[in-house]
Amino acid sequence: MSPNLTYVIVVGVLVAAGVTLLLERSLTRVLMGVILLGNGANLLLLTGGRAGGPPIVGTTAPEEMSDPLPQAMILTAIVITLGMTAFLLALAYRSWHLNGHDEVQDDVEDRRIMDLAIRDEGPGTADIEGGTGDDDESTDARPVANVVEAGRAG
Amino acid sequence: MTYLVPLPVVMPLLGAALTLLLLGRPHAQRWVSLTVLTATVAVSATLLVQSSLHGPLVVEVGGWVAPMGIVLVADQLAALMLVVSASVTLCVLVYSIGQGMADGHEETPLSVYHPTYLVLTAGVCNAFLSGDLFNLYVGFEILLVASYVLLTLGSTENRIRAGTTYVVVSLLSSVIFLIAIGLVYASTGTLNLAQLVDRLDTLPDDLRLLLQGMLLLAFGIKAAVFPLSAWLPDSYPTAPAPVTAVFAGLLTKVGVYAIIRTETLLFPGGRTATLLLVTAVLTMVVGILGAVAQSDIKRLLSFTLISHIGYMLFGVGLTSSLGLSAAIFYVVHHITIQTTLFLAAGLVERRGGSTALDRLGGLARLSPVLAVLFFVPALNLAGIPPFSGFLGKLGLIQAGVDDGGVLAWILVAGGLITSLLTLYAIARVWNLAFWRTPHADMPSGDDAEQAARTDGAMEPDRGGSGQSGAVLPKLMIAPTLALVVLGLALTVVAGPLFDLSTDAADDLLRRTPYVDAVFPGGAP
Repeated sequence: MSPNLTYVIVVGVLVAAGVTLLLERSLTRVLMGVILLGNGANLLLLTGGRAGGPPIVGTTAPEEMSDPLPQAMILTAIVITLGMTAFLLALAYRSWHLNGHDEVQDDVEDRRIMDLAIRDEGPGTADIEGGTGDDDESTDARPVANVVEAGRAG
Repeated sequence: MTYLVPLPVVMPLLGAALTLLLLGRPHAQRWVSLTVLTATVAVSATLLVQSSLHGPLVVEVGGWVAPMGIVLVADQLAALMLVVSASVTLCVLVYSIGQGMADGHEETPLSVYHPTYLVLTAGVCNAFLSGDLFNLYVGFEILLVASYVLLTLGSTENRIRAGTTYVVVSLLSSVIFLIAIGLVYASTGTLNLAQLVDRLDTLPDDLRLLLQGMLLLAFGIKAAVFPLSAWLPDSYPTAPAPVTAVFAGLLTKVGVYAIIRTETLLFPGGRTATLLLVTAVLTMVVGILGAVAQSDIKRLLSFTLISHIGYMLFGVGLTSSLGLSAAIFYVVHHITIQTTLFLAAGLVERRGGSTALDRLGGLARLSPVLAVLFFVPALNLAGIPPFSGFLGKLGLIQAGVDDGGVLAWILVAGGLITSLLTLYAIARVWNLAFWRTPHADMPSGDDAEQAARTDGAMEPDRGGSGQSGAVLPKLMIAPTLALVVLGLALTVVAGPLFDLSTDAADDLLRRTPYVDAVFPGGAP
């Protein structure tokens, strides 16, 4: 069908609402966002083909038929979105089961490394000797310097 | 021979159905999976030989004539990718059987592992073979859905947390891809790649750039290109070792393959070359700096994975034949090596009870076999001569020097620095986990021993026979060793392989072999 303004605005609103919800922390809201976004994309696909009568030989003259391909693609996309909705719901339920909430959490290890870096105890200070001495920082700082030097030379 | 083309997709799918029927019988499941994947390797190898002798093989699925129906195209690039990925998936399958994953020894009820794994293989193969943009999307979805299931196996707390991020990010990239497909169809009226070649050329420049940008964005997320890569190191390491290995080897490379395919076939002329080169250098350097900061082997390897995606983009961004062929060579090398390293990390976890660097130590003495299995691919990754990592980087740097532009020189420098920093990161793992004296509180591998005992496939580690708990299942060592050897073999066959990738790159840049194969009578 030929795109008209109302249609384009509807697609835009769906996508915008979807993206906004996608940025939320709660997985249920993210799920809503995914659904809206998927529907927005599907409507957009529909604009790609010609509008017209049912594309069945014998019922419509070939030049009046609608383009069946975007509809077939939308059907595929809807099936995929359905499956993903079910999977995300299961994830949210499991998350609620385990944690009592369904919030998307931060990368734990990233946080840990950042905290270590702030306290200046990064992994570079992990000891090579297997001991517990404090002199390990110097042993580990040297390879870094070497590599940087070599990098310049190369 | 064209009847072989759909088999890499069809066989794993049928195998998945069969293993699903055999849910309660793990033994039968294993044999079905092994047979299917072995056959896939054989078929892929035949396809590679055929396509390099006679040009691309094309199948019109269901007998529907292109461009009405969907085509599957096995040209040299696709066939090469198929061979490497099928071999890697086969090795990882043997490894996971050895680990006893399929029996549910680990923290999970895993009868669903085999069907999902085969579906993942089918999706990867479909993405490589697809000659149609929407079918490429379907291939991506198949492999992604399978990867969601594999990543959250057992749905433990950690995997649910990591899986959530992964699923949401992947969904977003899929939606972007879908919107791009809608726009491509609306503006050209076709999705057949060979037909798009002509039709896209007639579009206005800015519209083409928009379509190119959308596709690049979608594939960039899947390939973990720098600003879009933060999801990867968070999600991959939490999965079981074989799953992480196969993801690291294949999934991002499917994204890279899609970038190569669209950048050369659909949008030649290098309008985004500058963008690709800038993201390439950022991906390399930022990725490897991330790796240097890590204190866990699996996470460190995930960061090197991101970093080395930059090398491939480097080759693609140069848009020269040499650059492209070096990039293809690098993809082959990287699939093999990165998978091997993750498998070795799995062995480290089993032997040392952890992959955290501050808890490991002395593995070289405890298990020399494991040390070799880690050391060789690690040096290969860092690009020490004469390994294939060195040859791939050499090719890229040569291509960069040939290009001679300022940006190309920056990339050459970035590539060298990244290579050295990779060596540093790897050396740190080696020093901490393998060389220093073991911690007193390091687990002696009792868990591993018990698991191996129930598995029935164990043997005392040759080097560590005097140590307690020094066992690694033979079925886990053998496939890792096979991949290490495959990585070494890449050096031995580097000459022919480079010829092959140069052929593939030339065909890609000329574009006509692909189009002529799909439309022998000229594009409609």
